[in-house]
Parts: sequence; C-alpha cells; structure tokens
Amino acid sequence: MGKKKPAWHFFTSGYLILVLLFIYLPILYVVVFSFNDSKSMISFEGFSLRWYEAMLENREMLESVKYTVIVAVIATVVSTIVGTIASIGLSKARPLIRSVVMEINNLPVLNPDIVTAISLMLLFLSVKIQRSIVTLTLAHITFCIPYVILSVMPKLRQLDDNVAEAALDLGANPWQALTRVIIPQIYPAILSGALIAFSMSFDDFVISFFTAGKDVQNISMYVYSMKRFNPSVNALSTLIVVAVTIVLVLANLIPALRERKNKKEEY
Amino acid sequence: MKSFFRMSYPYILWIALFIVAPMVMILLYAVTRSGNGTITFSFTMENFARFLSDPTFLKVLWTSLRIAFLTTVFCILIGYPAALFIAGLPEKRQTLMILLLTLPMWINMLLKTYAWRGILMNFEDLSSEIRVFIGMVYDFLPYMIIQIHTAIAKLDPNLKTAAYDLGANPWKTFLKVTLPLSVPGIISGITLVFLPAVSSFVIPKLLGGGNYVLIGNLIETYFLVAGDWNFGSAISLIMALIIILSMYLTKKLDTTAKEE
Repeated sequence: MGKKKPAWHFFTSGYLILVLLFIYLPILYVVVFSFNDSKSMISFEGFSLRWYEAMLENREMLESVKYTVIVAVIATVVSTIVGTIASIGLSKARPLIRSVVMEINNLPVLNPDIVTAISLMLLFLSVKIQRSIVTLTLAHITFCIPYVILSVMPKLRQLDDNVAEAALDLGANPWQALTRVIIPQIYPAILSGALIAFSMSFDDFVISFFTAGKDVQNISMYVYSMKRFNPSVNALSTLIVVAVTIVLVLANLIPALRERKNKKEEY
Repeated sequence: MKSFFRMSYPYILWIALFIVAPMVMILLYAVTRSGNGTITFSFTMENFARFLSDPTFLKVLWTSLRIAFLTTVFCILIGYPAALFIAGLPEKRQTLMILLLTLPMWINMLLKTYAWRGILMNFEDLSSEIRVFIGMVYDFLPYMIIQIHTAIAKLDPNLKTAAYDLGANPWKTFLKVTLPLSVPGIISGITLVFLPAVSSFVIPKLLGGGNYVLIGNLIETYFLVAGDWNFGSAISLIMALIIILSMYLTKKLDTTAKEE
C-alpha cells in the first residue's frame, strides 16, 4: 500500500473533479446567467445586474421569499421545541410506547412526500379548514418534528441517567434538572436538528403545494408555477447559493475553531 | 425521572392528529366510493380494480419503476467509484470533499431542476425521458455517494493490509474485501434513491415538458385537477405498497449479503 502510481492518482482525482463538475454545473450555470445582459438561457451576452433589479421589482417573487422565510422560522422554532421536549419524554417512556411512537414518527421521513402531502390535504379539507398559511405552517411543523427527534434522540440515549438523578437527589427540581443538566448536554444535537428542520422547510415543494391553498406560495411553488421563463430566478438562486455557502462554512468552521480554542486553554 | 415521560404527551397528541389520522383518511378514501369531498361509507375495491385493469395506468406505473431503477443503477455506477476514491484521500481532503458534496443538497431542489431546464435547452435533440433521467441522477447522486462513502470509511484499514500480506493484489483485495463489506452502504443508498425516485413528480413535470407522466403526476392530477380523491388515494396506496415491498426486499438482500 501507500505506493500508489501517479497514473492512478491522476485518474482518481480526474474522476472526482468530473463528478464535482457535474454536481456544480447547474449552480455555476445559474450564477453565470444571473449576470447575463439578455433574457437568453443559451448565450451569455455581457455582464449586467438587470436581473437582480428585476428581482427586487418582482412583487410575487419577493412575497414567496417572505412566506418561505416566515413559515421556515415558525416551523423551525416550534418543531425544535416540541421535538426536544418529546424526545426527553420518550427517552423515559416504556420501551413499547417508545418504539410505537418512533415508528409513527418515522412515517413522514420514510413515506414519499406526495403521500404525506395528500394525507394532510385530506385532513384539512375534510374538516373544512380553508388551506392557508396556517395549514401550510402546521404541515411544515408536522414533517419537521421527526427530523428534530431523529437528531436529538440518539444523543439523549447516550446520556448517563445518573447525572440527572444526582441533580434531583441534590435538591434540584425537575425543571432545573432539565434546563441545567439535560439540555446543556444535548445542545449540539438540538442545534443540528433545528438546522435540518429549517432547510427541510425552506426547500419543501410537494407538501407545501398540496397544503398551502391558492393565496400563499413559497419559493418552490413560485418557481413551479411560473408560466414563462424568468431569469430573475437565476438571481434569486445565486443569492440562496451564497447564503447556504456562508451558513455551511460557518457551521463547519465554528466547531473546529471552538475545538482549537479549547485545546489552547488546556495548555 | 419517570415523570419526564409526561413531556411526550403533546407530541403523542400531535402525531395522532397530524400523522395517524391523515393516513387513516387515505385508507378510507381508497376503499370507498366517490362522493366528491365527503366520504360515503359504501366500501368498495373498485378504485384498485380500475387502476389494475387499465393498461394506461399500468404503463405509467411501469415507466415510474423503470426510470427509478435506471436512476438507481446509474447512481451506483457513478457514485461507487467516487465514494471509493474519496475514501482513499487524506482525511482533511475527505472532509472537504464531503462538504462540497453536501453543499448543493442544501439548495432548493426546484431551483436546481429549473437550472437543468435551462442547461438542457442547449440540447434540443434529447428525449423527455433522457432529460428526466439526467435530472433524477443529478438530484440523487450525492445521497448515494455519501452512503457508500460512510460504509467504506468505516472499514478497518487492517483488513486491507491483511489481504495484501496474504498476497492479494489491489484488484482482488477490492473484490474480496472492500466491495462485499460496503454492500450495506449501497443498500441504504438504494433506499435513499429508488424510493423518492419512484414517487417523484417535480422532475418529470419540469424537465419532461408535460408529456412524461409518472405515478406521482397521476396522483397530482387526480387530486388537484380531476378532484377524484378516492381514486387518487387508491393510487397512492398502491405506490406506498410497492415502496414498502421493495424496501422489504432490499432489507432481505442486505441480511443475506451479511450472512454470506
């Protein structure tokens, strides 16, 4: 081992670069064409910011961004709180109850989106609730909670029960045991659950499409329903790519930096 | 500590209302006769019979299964070498590669598919099926690579060293050690690719140009255009059954592979 031939190395790197190119092709494409000075999606005819200006004047598109963000924020906050509380409760439940609840919890994760979507639509319509931003948000909370639980639960089960017991024995009330002992230990898992929930909600199309009704649309629904091609979408995509990159780089850098700091403090 | 269990009551109520009840509704609609919007409690199997006896519907089902199968096969063919080569990189570059692969997964699927629509405008001769196929392989490839990579990266490097010590060449070591032990990664990759591919309806709609219908599009039509919720529910149940069945089969495949 170890003595890899340069030709092999060249081949594997080349292959990986090709795969990356394929995966980044649409992203490069929208970024480049967002600066195109023409409506064409085929030829680049000079640099311009006109599609960014058009985006700022496009009420419908900006509305969809607004709704996407509002729903994603509410769904993330609610599902993170409910999911964390439920996980703590379930970790203390009898094994049978826990496994039944976990099976049901996994349904929206395993089910095709379209099945979850129509099931929720049937629920709302058959009890005669008008589909609106409320039903949309309820639907998003419903499919976000399972991801929070799937992220928090494994961490909780690794915890040593004795620590919380000790806090209770030493006179802490259950609330204090919860907020000062249990939650600080599972904090990173809660955060990553929240991040997954946010991106699930932000990117969702299928479930939103069936549960939002006519008056509300998120970014995905807006793009889906566009009658003619509109290059402002490229500008919007570019901004989203930039935002996602910043968030992901930070999410990966912060733990690494903190670790380095901790190491320094050890010395 | 036992009292903490009570904390799960709100969520148990939530799933009863928003997961269990809606699923029961699909089931109810599927086995009852249509009376638009309300359930009329006359039970029937005719919704299922209607689907299974009509060649048009069966053809749509066959197309969905075929394209999902082809997508899965190509994701394995392209993804396996990629996962293997990534696992061979130094640790820091592995992390970077995985980060680079995950980044596009966080970007809205509709926007990426829309971009493909623009790219594919440059290639007018491609058939609808090829366009949909490219879109699907693109969308699901990162999931496959990451699953396989996780399985390969977990392998004990001593296994490979042992194989070399015993005289195996790199190719034989790959066939006899790495490949069999990475099967669980391929299996979980298949579940992450095949299942959503079967039920996908955005990619065929945006890239297939309206004349490429998969089972997901059929469900959408019966719910939102035709307003026949009973038949739409029956189609979804048939699709869900096929998915459960194929999941069971892949799991079975996994256990037999492990026993060997």
